[in-house]
Amino acid sequence: MIWIDTIIQGILLGGLYALFAAGLSLVFGIMRLVNLAHGDLIVLGAFLILVLVTALGLNPFLATLVAIPLMFALGWGLQLVILNRTLGDDILPPLLVTFGLSIVIQNGLLEGFSADSQRISAGALETASIPLGPVTVGVMPLLTFLSALAVIVALNQLFYRTSLGRAFRATSDDPVTAGLMGIEPNRIFAVATGIAFVVVTIAALYLGTRANFDPTIGPARLIYAFEAVIIGGLGSLWGTLAGGIIIGVAQTVGAAINPEWQILAGHVAFLVVLAVRPRGLFPKGL
Amino acid sequence: MITRRRLLKSAAATGVLATAPGFAMPAIAQNSKIKLGYVSPQTGPLAGFAEADNYIVSSFLQTTKDMGLDFDVIVKDSQSNPNRAAEVARELIVDDEVNLVMVASTPETTNPVATTCEGEEVPCLSTVAPWQPWFIGQQGNPGDPASWKPFDYAYHFFWGLEDVIAVFTNMWGQLETNKQVGGLFPNDGDGNAWGDPNVGFPPVLDKLGYGLTDPGRYQNLTDDFSAQINAFKAANAEIITGVMIPPDFTTFWTQAKQQGFTPKIASIGKALLFPSAVETVGDQGHNLSSEVWWSPSHPFKSSLTGASAKEFADDFTSVTGRPWTQPIGFVHALFEVAVDVMKRVSNPADGDAVAEAIGATKLDTLVGPLEWGTGALPPFAAKNVAKTPLVGGQWRLRNGGGYDLVIVDNQTAPNIPTGGKMEPIA
Repeated sequence: MIWIDTIIQGILLGGLYALFAAGLSLVFGIMRLVNLAHGDLIVLGAFLILVLVTALGLNPFLATLVAIPLMFALGWGLQLVILNRTLGDDILPPLLVTFGLSIVIQNGLLEGFSADSQRISAGALETASIPLGPVTVGVMPLLTFLSALAVIVALNQLFYRTSLGRAFRATSDDPVTAGLMGIEPNRIFAVATGIAFVVVTIAALYLGTRANFDPTIGPARLIYAFEAVIIGGLGSLWGTLAGGIIIGVAQTVGAAINPEWQILAGHVAFLVVLAVRPRGLFPKGL
Repeated sequence: MITRRRLLKSAAATGVLATAPGFAMPAIAQNSKIKLGYVSPQTGPLAGFAEADNYIVSSFLQTTKDMGLDFDVIVKDSQSNPNRAAEVARELIVDDEVNLVMVASTPETTNPVATTCEGEEVPCLSTVAPWQPWFIGQQGNPGDPASWKPFDYAYHFFWGLEDVIAVFTNMWGQLETNKQVGGLFPNDGDGNAWGDPNVGFPPVLDKLGYGLTDPGRYQNLTDDFSAQINAFKAANAEIITGVMIPPDFTTFWTQAKQQGFTPKIASIGKALLFPSAVETVGDQGHNLSSEVWWSPSHPFKSSLTGASAKEFADDFTSVTGRPWTQPIGFVHALFEVAVDVMKRVSNPADGDAVAEAIGATKLDTLVGPLEWGTGALPPFAAKNVAKTPLVGGQWRLRNGGGYDLVIVDNQTAPNIPTGGKMEPIA
């Protein structure tokens, strides 16, 4: 009984981690850019949704729909104006720039919103739950998991069913040759980051409704996202979902044995996967 | 051989020597400004503690000017980072040459600053950290009580772990429960102290006949508490206690509600200090309980302005537009003690005399009477720590939304009036 509950809670938690990781996976998969500001961008998205909820009195889900185009534009502009300049043979400039971006976002938010704990209110939905056989499942965690699933499916469709996806894959494989075929890598990268920001906004909705957030909480979420991406294999979106679930289940099972092992168990699972399969579970041919 | 560099160097050195007597001569120092340094976490995760700093410092400068005293306050931001706190403390001492360093808010801020001051032999006054992590945390070997030594320059006022344990158990005693307690202690300085089998909650609960379910130390910023919730359900716990950071409490409380677990009492330290933190659980925060160090209903007056706690809190709200929070009274009290101490020393630049004067303080402040060397403390800490009263309160949902903190237990400090009785969580 308790074990079934533990594993189901772990899978649902994995959905949250996969959602955090999907945007990171996308950006890394296409342009080999490690975005250290990813966690802070999720927090930025959460504040944007919060502003829309409080200023316009919108339902948080509706506010997310409004926030998505705004965040897309922000991501598009950020890539075009700043991040494209950092891409090149050297991996250090994008790391440094996104690290700086992380500090700028944190302190900008602190200036604008103070250090108060905030939360996006989802009303009665927050504590609602549905009985699922022998266990009770919270509605919000379930929605989080289903959203993660939907995001992964949608991104896969985009990658393998559309001409934009073909351009993504072509640029990822060989930007020079893709350029010869009339694809402009910088524009493709901008669109990719825009899409990553859409995923970030969806993650922000669930981060903001699940618990408190404040301007400085972003980096703590980054490590699980990284681990999920690495476990799943770089460039594989389904792998990212699997990676998130592995970390989530490892954490809840570890905690059920002893809460001291909760975080450790997630990291150990990560190391075990790396030891057995150094390129992750579902690596794409790189 | 005289090179250009050597010439410049020696010129610089003699330049320093020429100006040095100006700082060292006591007669000049007596008439000059008294410089106070103040370190607090104005940015970063602990920034909530320091939100009243600007208000307090500017009103302090105004008040002292009106009184004809010449004070200068140099404020430094620790950025919620212990390393940064030590660095700015050194800047205050070396570059600004302050006469007294003051520091507030959590051991992460107070300890590095107090340790730096002790090393540099500059008097330091600290508050807003339970005295155990402050005193024991600065010892060379925290694990060996025999080696603990009092400090010569670092002084502290606040309450201790023994007070919060007494307050919580007094509150629980007001209600009929099955005496089964679930503990949520994180793996940090506070969590380890609260859950310590020798000095923390476990021995006291055992003596009072409570059963404690402590699943173990979890990491801060945990995303899932299902293991703890299952353990508490299995133990049929009706009381939940712990010392959590606000985001973790929200995660726990939301998940507990989702899993259908509602205890009768939830007394949580640290997480429920600020109204904004309680508001994040929506209307699920009614009757959550917490420790109360200061409130507008405390029957104390400022020795500087004569304002009562209520007047002080009202003025803060009208100037800043923010609700009162518990740290503001303590930060004000820091400045009260500073003025009182500087009145009693003949030369503010004499660090030894200032430190001695702090130890001899006997002052009725906004947070209660302060006196070092006399409190109900173990002998090793008595010299450096002055205790302030602690009571227990519950957050009550207002009709129009928002929460009020109502004091529900004052057995530990009967002079502080209660505003109601302990109520179970529905």
